[in-house]
Amino acid sequence: MRETEVIKVALVGNPNTGKSSLFNQLTGLNQKVSNYPGITVERKSGTAKINDKVTASIIDLPGTYSINPTSLDENIVLEAFLNESNDYPDVVVVVADVENLKRNLFLFSQIKDLEIPAILVVNMVDQMKRKGISLDIAKLKHELKSEVLLISARKNLGIAELRTAILNYKKVNTTTIANIANRVDAEFFKKVKSSFKEMSLYKAWLLITQQHNFPNIDPVLKERIDKFRGEPDKLKKMQNKETILRYQYINNILKKTYSFDSENATGLRSKLDKILTHKFFGYIIFATILLLIFQSIFDWTRVPMDLIDSAFAQLSAFAKNKLPSGVFTNLVAEGIIPGIGGIAIFIPQIAILFLLISILEETGYMSRVVFLMDKIMRRFGMSGKSVIPLISGTACAIPAIMAARNISGWKERLVTILVTPFTTCSARLPVYAIIIALVIPNDRILGIFSLQGFTLMALYLLGFGAAMASGFLLNKTLKVRGKSFFVIEMPNYKLPSIKNVVYTVLEKTKSFVFGAGKIILAISIVLWMLASNGPESFKMATETIQKENVDLTEKQLNQKVASYKLEHSYIGIAGKAIEPAIKPLGYDWKIGIALISSFAAREVFVSTLATIYSVEDDSNTTTIKQRMAAEINQDTGEKRFNFPVGMSLLIFYAFAMQCMSTLAIVKRETNSWKWPILQLFGMTALAYLASLITFTLLN
Amino acid sequence: MNIITLANLSVGEKGIIKDIPFDSVPLKLLEMGCLPGKEVELLQVAPLRDPLYIRVNGSHLAIRRDMAELIEITKS
Repeated sequence: MRETEVIKVALVGNPNTGKSSLFNQLTGLNQKVSNYPGITVERKSGTAKINDKVTASIIDLPGTYSINPTSLDENIVLEAFLNESNDYPDVVVVVADVENLKRNLFLFSQIKDLEIPAILVVNMVDQMKRKGISLDIAKLKHELKSEVLLISARKNLGIAELRTAILNYKKVNTTTIANIANRVDAEFFKKVKSSFKEMSLYKAWLLITQQHNFPNIDPVLKERIDKFRGEPDKLKKMQNKETILRYQYINNILKKTYSFDSENATGLRSKLDKILTHKFFGYIIFATILLLIFQSIFDWTRVPMDLIDSAFAQLSAFAKNKLPSGVFTNLVAEGIIPGIGGIAIFIPQIAILFLLISILEETGYMSRVVFLMDKIMRRFGMSGKSVIPLISGTACAIPAIMAARNISGWKERLVTILVTPFTTCSARLPVYAIIIALVIPNDRILGIFSLQGFTLMALYLLGFGAAMASGFLLNKTLKVRGKSFFVIEMPNYKLPSIKNVVYTVLEKTKSFVFGAGKIILAISIVLWMLASNGPESFKMATETIQKENVDLTEKQLNQKVASYKLEHSYIGIAGKAIEPAIKPLGYDWKIGIALISSFAAREVFVSTLATIYSVEDDSNTTTIKQRMAAEINQDTGEKRFNFPVGMSLLIFYAFAMQCMSTLAIVKRETNSWKWPILQLFGMTALAYLASLITFTLLN
Repeated sequence: MNIITLANLSVGEKGIIKDIPFDSVPLKLLEMGCLPGKEVELLQVAPLRDPLYIRVNGSHLAIRRDMAELIEITKS
């Protein structure tokens, strides 16, 4: 490949400014999501072609209102500007929303004071006229001593000009603009300036005020900073003064350059707000939306999921018939293919969930839900912002627990993290779906609601109920101090951008399939190996069976040998070992195997049973569901998955903590093993008791 | 005379922010545009009387009642 110049660009801006739209517009599908080293916040980066010789490597930093962080997410932004590592940007593109220019300029003025090349991009200018906004761009450029561009990321306006501006970043004026130092405390800043000659004054000021956000700071630098710390009260006073002065400066500029007829712009917004946050209709609308989400993930996904299920069953049979027989073929047909099938079957549900959640976020509705729910959530030890993790938890607890980073109070955040795994994540969904299909009749209530869909909704409510109840208990028992505060923006309503929604769905589904998929596939292969090998009695299977039963047809013999082998394989021995403990819940040792492997990840339940039954059963074309339906309880002669067992399993999976990845994330997010261990034992004990009661009552 | 705070406004009413106790409110509130001398309007109150949905200095914000009770205003 030809040598090309790479410009490092950081994309910064307030939330809801269309920053993601711009990022998608610039990079197209050339983007990737990775973790920041050492922490779990997702880092989005991508490349954009500037011209034949130059590309830009663009980092999409988390949305923030200020460079002074109030959450872990916002900390990333500060870190990006204080750590002069390899990632240090050549140029910063600050995205502003034309409607909230004042507050957006606040962030811009801070970044500008870092004396780093910064380009101001005013987005959504296609709506200026409709909203009665006018902006004197030449004057604004002059006043801000900066490059200012008008764009519309959605309409693809001004993007070419932005590319040119990025290309010419070296010409960008880097003088400071707000000049707050002298007016905040001239004497103090003079001292700071003379001791930190190697960096910009504002950077030194940020290091002094934000030191607590950097526990791993260089000790020499720390000592130099500590000299200026003094009493924290004094610093806070100076920060307050800085904020007031910045707004004065911005107001003066905007008076000369900007006018906004706010009545014109807020008519529709206030009408929608009146309905969506209404004390009665607000909740009805929210409940209806939740109901629609749950109905759609069950109803819309049934067909594609059945297709995927039978496609993999056929593929497995095809492999078995066409490949030369042997250990390798068995591994492919019984281990790998059902394993991949167990991942692929999730795709429709996960995609639809992420689709609906990202639409709710994009439109601005999610903030209204936060507003509606805050007071209620506080009784359960959480904040209105906890609604977002709890709803995202229906997709996957891992991103949901990371989304709790936005909650500023430690106690509210901790309670949210601890209870989120109760919400019905998509990994529980295949377990629920298959068991519901087996034990709940496919009838309709009142001719509309499907009984199966209704059961699924009841399970979701059970999950939310368990989350709220444990939040209530934790709120009463946890002795955690820490002030919480709640200041959120209520963004204007927007039509969701199809491009943004599609990209989010693609990205999240992809990272789930490849992230969780690896675990599922690995477990499937290990399981298959454990199920296909065993000690001496396993190897002697054929001889033992032949000795015990003389007059068997070949088919009967093969079947008997296969189940004998499974029972005496390593995995069978493990399942048998826990059988006494799970028998009171209605399970046998085969389900026991699925339970053991589920502690790595719940969704493995279905593929484990698929692997177990396919090792046992030679007629490969049957689907997982058919095999489970055909399974007989040896003690009673009834179906293995009858109503009491099915309900007991549903309850167990609703409460049990069966996800190693979630435990690992909780450990990282809370920085302690105490909380994940509490979750593991507390939730699993609850699951055991609840299933025991369910099975005993129903049987 | 009783001190009037942001929490005393009824929906649709406006006021001018007179004083904010800087020590007890987070910097973020100021950074979002809630500053002395600015006009503030109470747009909506959540169903259980909390939080409050306000417009101040061009920003639309939601804050909790306990914080609103600290923000002194004069009714306009």
